[in-house]
Amino acid sequence: MGSALRILMLAAAVTLAGCASTNPRDPFEQFNRAMFRFNDAVDQAAVKPAAEVYSTLPTFVQIGVGNFFGNLEDGWTAVNNLLQGKLADGMSDVMRFTFNSTFGLGGLLDIGTEAGLPKHREDFGQTLGKWGVKPGPYIVLPILGSSTLRDVVAIPVDAQGDLWYNAYPVRVRNFGAAVRVIDQRAIVLDASNLVEEAALDRYQFVRDGYLQRRQSKVYDGDPPETSYEFDIGPSSMDESGVAEQSPVKGEQKATSAEPDPKPVVKVEQGAGSGADAGGVAKEVKQ
Amino acid sequence: MNVFKKLFAIAGFAVTGLAFAPAALAQEAPDALVKRISQEVLDAAKSDKDIQGGNQKKVLELVEAKILPHVDFQRMTALAAGRFWREASPEQQKQLTNEFRTLLVFTYSGAISQVRDQKLEFKPMRAEPSDTEVEVRSQVVQPRGGDPIQLNYRLEKVPTGWKIYDVNVLGAWLVETYKGNFAAEISKGGIDGLIKTLSDRNKKLAASAARTAKAS
Repeated sequence: MGSALRILMLAAAVTLAGCASTNPRDPFEQFNRAMFRFNDAVDQAAVKPAAEVYSTLPTFVQIGVGNFFGNLEDGWTAVNNLLQGKLADGMSDVMRFTFNSTFGLGGLLDIGTEAGLPKHREDFGQTLGKWGVKPGPYIVLPILGSSTLRDVVAIPVDAQGDLWYNAYPVRVRNFGAAVRVIDQRAIVLDASNLVEEAALDRYQFVRDGYLQRRQSKVYDGDPPETSYEFDIGPSSMDESGVAEQSPVKGEQKATSAEPDPKPVVKVEQGAGSGADAGGVAKEVKQ
Repeated sequence: MNVFKKLFAIAGFAVTGLAFAPAALAQEAPDALVKRISQEVLDAAKSDKDIQGGNQKKVLELVEAKILPHVDFQRMTALAAGRFWREASPEQQKQLTNEFRTLLVFTYSGAISQVRDQKLEFKPMRAEPSDTEVEVRSQVVQPRGGDPIQLNYRLEKVPTGWKIYDVNVLGAWLVETYKGNFAAEISKGGIDGLIKTLSDRNKKLAASAARTAKAS
């Protein structure tokens, strides 16, 4: 596993080096798009059909599978919570793992949640983020999908912490891993259909959604507030919701809103918009 | 001079007092508003068999009646378009807003028709009473277990009440997620190119919505 992973990373590094892109958060866009298409092909050919069949299984079976693998993850989540200094969450996860493994019949039943111990999901990538490591460029991995440089580096650590990774014999482990992947895919079947309809460019949509979500997870749902560039402020609209705005009014709104000390959401400007002379970057005061 | 100052102070107090009183009476707090609409939509979705069966037309009617009046689509579209909004003519802005609204309504109505036994939980809102922009945080608890789905809203205060102008699902804000798509389309074919792409997509979605309406 070690040498194969190293060769893969070397190959990736060589390929990535020659790519150019327009988005500063996605310098390897060409490579990522190619990976995205590849993953899509694998998904359409194998994973999605399997997930669709799996989702016809009785609900308690699907829930049981989800709970079983979820319980194994709770052990590593507890470690990560403790590493991040979240002692209460960490202890809660230790208790979850203990309860569910014993009274929950080896993890098949999730009695922890009902007992008031909510499920957390923490991996080593989030721990690194909490320690101040920035995500780095967006990277799409073969099969594994969306990731960032920081999270790629965390993979070997996560693999060691993954209890199922150490299961024997190898055939059981591989079968279990496949079942886990299919279960996860089944959970997001409806959401993925939604993304197909909602997105104009699926790759970008998935990338931008993923990066935001990852950031949100590092901060446990409470990321530093973000502001909008070029905010026009509340618009005047009629009852039917159709916009009603003359160009003159629009200008006035935009300029009069600037010195206004209303508390507005704040953000760090990621995409270099500094070059824009006409930009109205709103200031955040909270 | 002192007399004038006093008069100003009294006038100021009077005006503020007048301003606050009707406001307190007439307007619903933003989190109460979101709670109410969400509950109404959830209840309607769970109880209506047509909606559960996937009849798009009924879902759209529900969305138009209950949700759309409380959303500021123009600001949402402008934020997603970013610096290109100012370069668009008022006619283009209007078209773009309409197409974007239609796209959002079509695609996210699909989520509503999948509602089964989900429950909503609201987190305490962190805002001053004088704030004109707030964030309401909630989460969707699934019957299947697993993580609750984070669902947050950003609302703005307008004379008639509060309006939603951005939505966050699972940590990703809608406006931010669409910005990349919009910018790419605009750099390919200008604002008109974006409008055309959106309207083509909407025509396709309308056709499939009509099909599900006929089928049920």
